[in-house]
Amino acid sequence: MTEFEAFADMQPSLSPALSPAQISPRANLAGWLYVSPLVLVLVPFFVAPILVVLAASFFATDGFGGLTPGFTLASYVEVLHSALTLKLYLATIKFTVVTWIFTLIIGFFVAYFLVFHVRNQLLAIGLFLLCTVPFWTSNIIRMISWIPLLGKEGLINQALLGLGVIRQPLEVLLFSDLAVVIAYVHQLTIFMIVPIFNSMARIDKKLIEAAIDAGASRFDIMRLIVVPMSKSGIALGTIFVVSIVMGDFFVVKVMSGGGSASVVSAFYEDVGVLQYPSAAASAVLLTLVLVAIVSLILRTVDIRQEITR
Amino acid sequence: MLDRDKGTSTANPVGTSDKPAKKLSRRTLLKGAAAVAGAAAGSDAIRGFPTIWAQEIKDIELRHVGVSYSVVKAIGDQAAKDLGFKVTMQNLDTSAAINRFISQPNTVDIADLEGWQAKLAAKRGVIQGIEVKKVKEFDNILPIFTKGEIDGHKIPRQGISPYEAMYIAKPDSTDLNDGVTEWATFLPQVYNADSIGYRPDLVGHEVTEWKDLIDPKFKGKAAILDVPAIGIMDAALCFESAGLIKYGNKGNMTKEEIDFTCNKLIELKKQGQFRATWTTFDQSVQLMAAGEVVIQSMWSPAVAAVRVKEIPCVYAPVNIKNGKEGYRGWCNGMGLMKHLSGKKLDAAYEYLNWYLSGWQGGFVARYGYYSPVPSTAKKFLTPAEWAFWYEGQPAPEVVNDPYGVPMEKSGTKRDGGSFLDRVKNISCWNTLMDEAAYMNKRWNDFKVA
Repeated sequence: MTEFEAFADMQPSLSPALSPAQISPRANLAGWLYVSPLVLVLVPFFVAPILVVLAASFFATDGFGGLTPGFTLASYVEVLHSALTLKLYLATIKFTVVTWIFTLIIGFFVAYFLVFHVRNQLLAIGLFLLCTVPFWTSNIIRMISWIPLLGKEGLINQALLGLGVIRQPLEVLLFSDLAVVIAYVHQLTIFMIVPIFNSMARIDKKLIEAAIDAGASRFDIMRLIVVPMSKSGIALGTIFVVSIVMGDFFVVKVMSGGGSASVVSAFYEDVGVLQYPSAAASAVLLTLVLVAIVSLILRTVDIRQEITR
Repeated sequence: MLDRDKGTSTANPVGTSDKPAKKLSRRTLLKGAAAVAGAAAGSDAIRGFPTIWAQEIKDIELRHVGVSYSVVKAIGDQAAKDLGFKVTMQNLDTSAAINRFISQPNTVDIADLEGWQAKLAAKRGVIQGIEVKKVKEFDNILPIFTKGEIDGHKIPRQGISPYEAMYIAKPDSTDLNDGVTEWATFLPQVYNADSIGYRPDLVGHEVTEWKDLIDPKFKGKAAILDVPAIGIMDAALCFESAGLIKYGNKGNMTKEEIDFTCNKLIELKKQGQFRATWTTFDQSVQLMAAGEVVIQSMWSPAVAAVRVKEIPCVYAPVNIKNGKEGYRGWCNGMGLMKHLSGKKLDAAYEYLNWYLSGWQGGFVARYGYYSPVPSTAKKFLTPAEWAFWYEGQPAPEVVNDPYGVPMEKSGTKRDGGSFLDRVKNISCWNTLMDEAAYMNKRWNDFKVA
């Protein structure tokens, strides 16, 4: 979805440079051929389902899974008027922001280390691939493997108890917001590392040398050169992390021990009791919120321009 | 043991020799079952297809879809072996299952339904009535299901009892029929009574009341089931037990009752009563086995699974007292999807008949669930297993689980006593309330609080 929106958003920036009239019919056809594989995937598997969801959100229901075609805003009124919706968004946004901060800091410095501190390029690529090793197994396994580590009788508590640092096992380690954030950061940091690494790798090292020669401090180099030139990577990573966290319900459910909820988990429960229209309305609302966030990010950083730089 | 080659000529011993039992007492039940066991030695339990059909049915495939604890691959494999056609078992969680039955009815042949799902499936017109006459063991199904009573004890109708969801007036009716008819929505196949599991070593006293789950003594060490429709009933049992409220019908609460229950849950959550909530069997086992909780609402086989790890765990016998307490009962049955017809429908009836013929009943008994036709299940259990699982007696020898792994030492007694002690103490049934949408919203308030 994110790529799609990124793509959709790039279109306007393309058109001012080349108005449709200037493009020859042949080039136009070639253009369509280029995008056809993507269109063939996106239309049946993304556009069509979302239209179905959109339609369902306006239908009425008999409460037993029966949908009455029609047009009513009742589901939206209900979703938007509910204090629950606000609480769910606050909870989800809290997880998103905290996860974003940690993945950004860790991802940025890992990428920085790989690009600027590892002299041997082969070694850098090797280390980079090493970062992906945990991803050779499934998301769910990576998440669940935290449980025996963080539990009341888990390794960390055992170790701390053994060292005499604590007398009672720390309960906050598992089935808590902390546990949720740990799992997210573990799962998603790679989505920051990859694009940031990619954009940093293209920074000309001579630029840095010149800055050093001109007397810039390390902090200045970071602030005035590295960060601005990694902007596109940061923005892409942010889009990945934000959209994944906001669209998740499984990590929240398992790692919070069911003690917390998210926007998606709430409408998943709606589907469970066959309340399709209100689930659909919540889904549409979430899509709109995500579109708004992503376009805000794209407005701040012109990814297309940065990439072709 | 299942000798299909004998074909249809042999009269079914169960149907004829053992005409039970308008009022089925435990004695007649056992006597009948014993007679059946004797008769079965020399005859078959299953009719099997006439040989002319044998070629044609090979290509038939039945897709039996439902939750993992009810739709079990080993059972489907055995059915395929005995019946000669293909049986595919597919597992989904409760909510995914009902959504599939309703939105893609043609991808399912046999829907595994709980009582409330049978009600919904009938309402949506995705199932067809089961002709009771074609079910050979129908008269031997315990009257809990077919008549809503057992031993003269009326089965409570809080929630949606299997009896309540059992009948429709005509094969294509969409509304349930109150009272016995010739057409069933679903055929009960497995059921049990849920209560609380606890660590006797850490709780320190015998638990027989739901209110122990919300006792501040167990703050941060308790857990509750997070499937809104049934979790709220466990909560209701706790609050009723503690004398905080008296429900009109726990299985179909009013908005005020839902508000009270959820507000109370939120209050308890804020006080830190719950260490976690759980949604799957495995999670509940993990919580208990890893020492995260000492008391939680729990399913009987999950308690057994904790015990297999040599961690003491007891399934609380919450017998009804003073109009409070009691188990939360559930029952899964098989529904025939509307699109079944012709040979496939015949095969589906064969399959239903096979299910009630005992092999499956014996299999599920070994992890603590019950068969609606104990008389046939008994033939597939050793006397020791029967004594332990159904009669609540101390196990005369080591009891194995369905896959042959030793599970209980000789001399252990099943928690909650005999089969009849348990089912007579069911006080409410899994359900979908009329106010389900509202309840769900309030449950999410609890989750996000």
